[in-house]
Order: sequence, then structure tokens, then C-alpha cells
Amino acid sequence: MGVGIEVINLNAWYGTNHTLQDINLHIPANHATALIGPSGCGKSTFVRCLNRMHETNPIARVTGTVRIGDLDIYNDAKPVEIRRRVGMVFQRPNPFPTMSIYDNVASGLKLNGYTNKRVLDEIVERSLINSALWDEVKDDLKKKSGASLSGGQQQRLCIARALAVDPEVLLMDEPASALDPISTAKIEDLIFQLKSQYTIVIVTHNMQQAARVAEKTGFFLNGRMVEFDSTHKIFTNPSDKRTEDYITGRFG
Amino acid sequence: MRALTDGAVTAMAILATVLVVAPLVAIFGYLVFKGASSLNLAFFTHVPKPPGETGGGMANAILGSGILLAVASSIGVPIGIGGGIYLAEFGRGTKLANAVRFTADVLNGVPSIVMGLAIYSLVVVPQKHFSALSGGMALGIMMIPTVCRTTEEMLLMVPHAVREAALGLGVPNWRSVLSITVKTASPGIITGCMLAFARVAGETAPLIFTALGNQFWSSSLNQPIAALPLQIYVYAISPYDDWHRLAWAGALVLIVLIVLAVSLVRYVTSRGVLKGAS
Repeated sequence: MGVGIEVINLNAWYGTNHTLQDINLHIPANHATALIGPSGCGKSTFVRCLNRMHETNPIARVTGTVRIGDLDIYNDAKPVEIRRRVGMVFQRPNPFPTMSIYDNVASGLKLNGYTNKRVLDEIVERSLINSALWDEVKDDLKKKSGASLSGGQQQRLCIARALAVDPEVLLMDEPASALDPISTAKIEDLIFQLKSQYTIVIVTHNMQQAARVAEKTGFFLNGRMVEFDSTHKIFTNPSDKRTEDYITGRFG
Repeated sequence: MRALTDGAVTAMAILATVLVVAPLVAIFGYLVFKGASSLNLAFFTHVPKPPGETGGGMANAILGSGILLAVASSIGVPIGIGGGIYLAEFGRGTKLANAVRFTADVLNGVPSIVMGLAIYSLVVVPQKHFSALSGGMALGIMMIPTVCRTTEEMLLMVPHAVREAALGLGVPNWRSVLSITVKTASPGIITGCMLAFARVAGETAPLIFTALGNQFWSSSLNQPIAALPLQIYVYAISPYDDWHRLAWAGALVLIVLIVLAVSLVRYVTSRGVLKGAS
């Protein structure tokens, strides 16, 4: 089951560049939350702060509090533990090129020392079913490399890989921006199904996509969160002038 | 005009290809022409005969080269790969890494005879005898820079996205480096090891003061040992026609064995590769 996320006074830097300023919000459990905004507004940095991937860059720095469920991720746990609970799907599909489809999905468990083959088989099958890829790959699980799939299939493979470690939260950083419209539709369907089991945070440039998949939407601009509300409200009756300008296409 | 340019560039590319392949074909052809007639079963099974007696072979030198290269690889490959992993993954940007990289590049430029002399004074003199071990060490140290730098370069070519994927799964960094990054780069790393192997397999100079050479059977690491390049060198500068022919045959065998070894490693390491993996 998913858990809610509480963000309090979050600030982040790249070197001297203050990329996130005083972010406060509550992301509800078992819903999809979309983050929109022009390029460079800090929305990718924000999701990378939710699983402590931001700090993998040596010049990056973070202050503030992020609670995933009851866990204060910057004080109570190590980065690797958090990343097992908070899965991530990246902008470009990034399957492990030398691994089979099966090994890609099982990688999170295997690399953390899990070896029970029967259980692994079950988890791989369930994850691929959940990511709507099972029917397309079930005959080639161990024969084909993850890199031999099409872009859309690779992205669903990456989703299956993230699901296999049984996270509570799934972060998606523009998961469909490198895909064609049909693959994009499949990913969106998938998000729709997955949000009953996981808390999903999706960064997107595509406002229609945010409107289609998310209950809540946050609008970021220049490192600040301008507005956070129900998706319906944001797109029909935003309270901030800047939000309105952005969604009506006046800039960005 | 465009078609003309296209034709000219294509022609130049073909010419360059021919110029690359031609020396290899010429050398190999000449070796076959000069050496093949002296190849017989005795060459692979007998040790050298004293001058004046005909016949004899280089069986001990083939075995010796095998032992020397095994010792060299067991020194050069792990140290080289380990150093490359450090340079690319853990030490990036540190002073130590820059020092290691610089040292490797300098080591790569050290003439092979100097390497032999260094091992002579550091190992052979204190031990008071020539040995297979010292020869293998000289060759192994010569392998390190090539293996180290190619490993580093191949690891740096692994896309950042692949590393992020592993970290995003909650895999500890050291595990991600060993199981994901190194594995992804392994075809290139293996190529680097094979290049280093093939290079030292033909080295003569570092063996003169270390392995010394041996006209008899020996597989002891503590005794002087024969090696194909050494044997070729000794035979080629000898005054006997019979030995000259054997030297040609030895050179042919050396090249064929290197090609076989490289192909075997490539075949074995490519068998596990999946359809569509890059």
C-alpha cells in the first residue's frame, strides 16, 4: 500500500544555484500527483529529493524535512533503504543493457542479495503483469536483453523493475516524454491502474497528461511551488495568475 | 560534384582499409612461406637439439610462454582492472586518481628492456637466479597500464542513466559498480585485457634478464624458462640455417597461438550474451 508524503520547508541547491526554495506540501497516499511547470523550474529536482537521488550529485545539497509515511528520510534512514521504499522511473528508459528481461525485473531484489528462485519467478511475473508487459515478453524472459525491446516496452520494463522491490511510492520523472503517443497512452493507463496500490508522483511537461492521470497537481516556477490543488481546480479555476498564464500557454 | 566527392571519400576509405590489412597479410604470408615447411609434429613435442644436430622443436618454449603469460595475466589483469575501476568510479577527480593515471601513462611508455632490467635488479639479483616468476612479473607489470586505462575508459562510457537506475533501486554503490557498471562495460574491458595480453606475448626484451631462456623442459616458476620470443631471438641471430628455419616456424606458431588465445577468450565471453544486448 502507498503512504502519504509530507514535505516541510524543503530547499535544494546545485552548487550555488538555489533550485528549490521553501517547498511545503502534502502528497496524498494512493493517488497520482502531477507536477507541472516550465523547464528548469525545479520539479525534477523536487522528486529527486523524495528518494535522496538529488544528493548523488557531489555538488548538490538539501535542507528541510521529508516524511514518507512515518519515516523522516533525511534523519532516520540511509539513502539505499529509502530508495527501496521509493521507486523511481526516469525520463529515458534505462534498462540494464547486459541483462535479460527477467534479470532486469529481478535486479533490485537480486542485487540486494535475494536469491529464492521460486519467489523471484513469482515477483517477476506479477511485476510484469502489473506493468502491462507480461503478454508481450513472457516467451522471451530469459532469452532477450532488456535493451532489445522497443522504447515503450523498455519504459514499462523499468516500471516493472521499480515495482518488483515493492515500493510504497513511485516517482516518475517525465516517464513518457521520450515515447510515441501509443506508448504514452499505455503508460498513462498503467499509472491509472497503479495508483490504487502506490502513491504516484509524476513530473510532466504535458498538461493534458497531468489532467488525465492525476487527482492533485502542483505548479512549479523558478524553484518555488506557486500553487498546489486538485487537478480540476488547477486547470479550470487556478487561484494564482501565474498558474493561469502557464496553463493557458502564455509562457513556458 | 556531390557524387564525385562521395566516390572520392569512399575510395580513400577503401584504400585506408587495404593499407591497414596489407601489412598483416604480408607478414603472415611471409611467415607461412618461410616457416610452414619447418613445422612438424616434432616442433610441438621436442625440445631444441644442440647445434649441428638437425631436428628438434620448441615444445618447451611453447609451454614456457604459456606459463609466463599465465603468471603475467594473473598479475596484470586484476591489478589493471582494479586500478581502472578506482579511476573511473571511486577516485574521480581526486589527486590520487590523477597520480595513478599519470603513473600508468608513464609506465606504458617505459621501454620494455628497462622493465626487464628493473625486475632483474629487484627480483633476480636478490634471488640470485633467473626464474619464470620474474619473467612473468616483468610481463605482468607491462600489462597493467593498458588494462587499467582501457578499463577506465570503458567504464566511463557506461551511460549515467544505467548507474542512476541501479542507485534508484536502492542498490549500494559498490554493488552497483561491480554488478552493473563493470558488467555493462565488460566486453570493452575484455578487449583491453586481450590487447595487453597479445602485446606482452610477443615481448622478448623484458625476458632476457628475467626468464633468461632454457633449452630443456622446465615448468618450475623458480627456474629459468624458455619462451617463444626468446627462442626465436636466439635462433634468429645464430649462424645455423637449421635454426633460422626453426625461428621462422616459431614466429608463425607464436602469431597463430596469440590469435587462437584471443579468439577463444572472445568466444567464451560472448556465449552468455543475449539477443539485442549491446
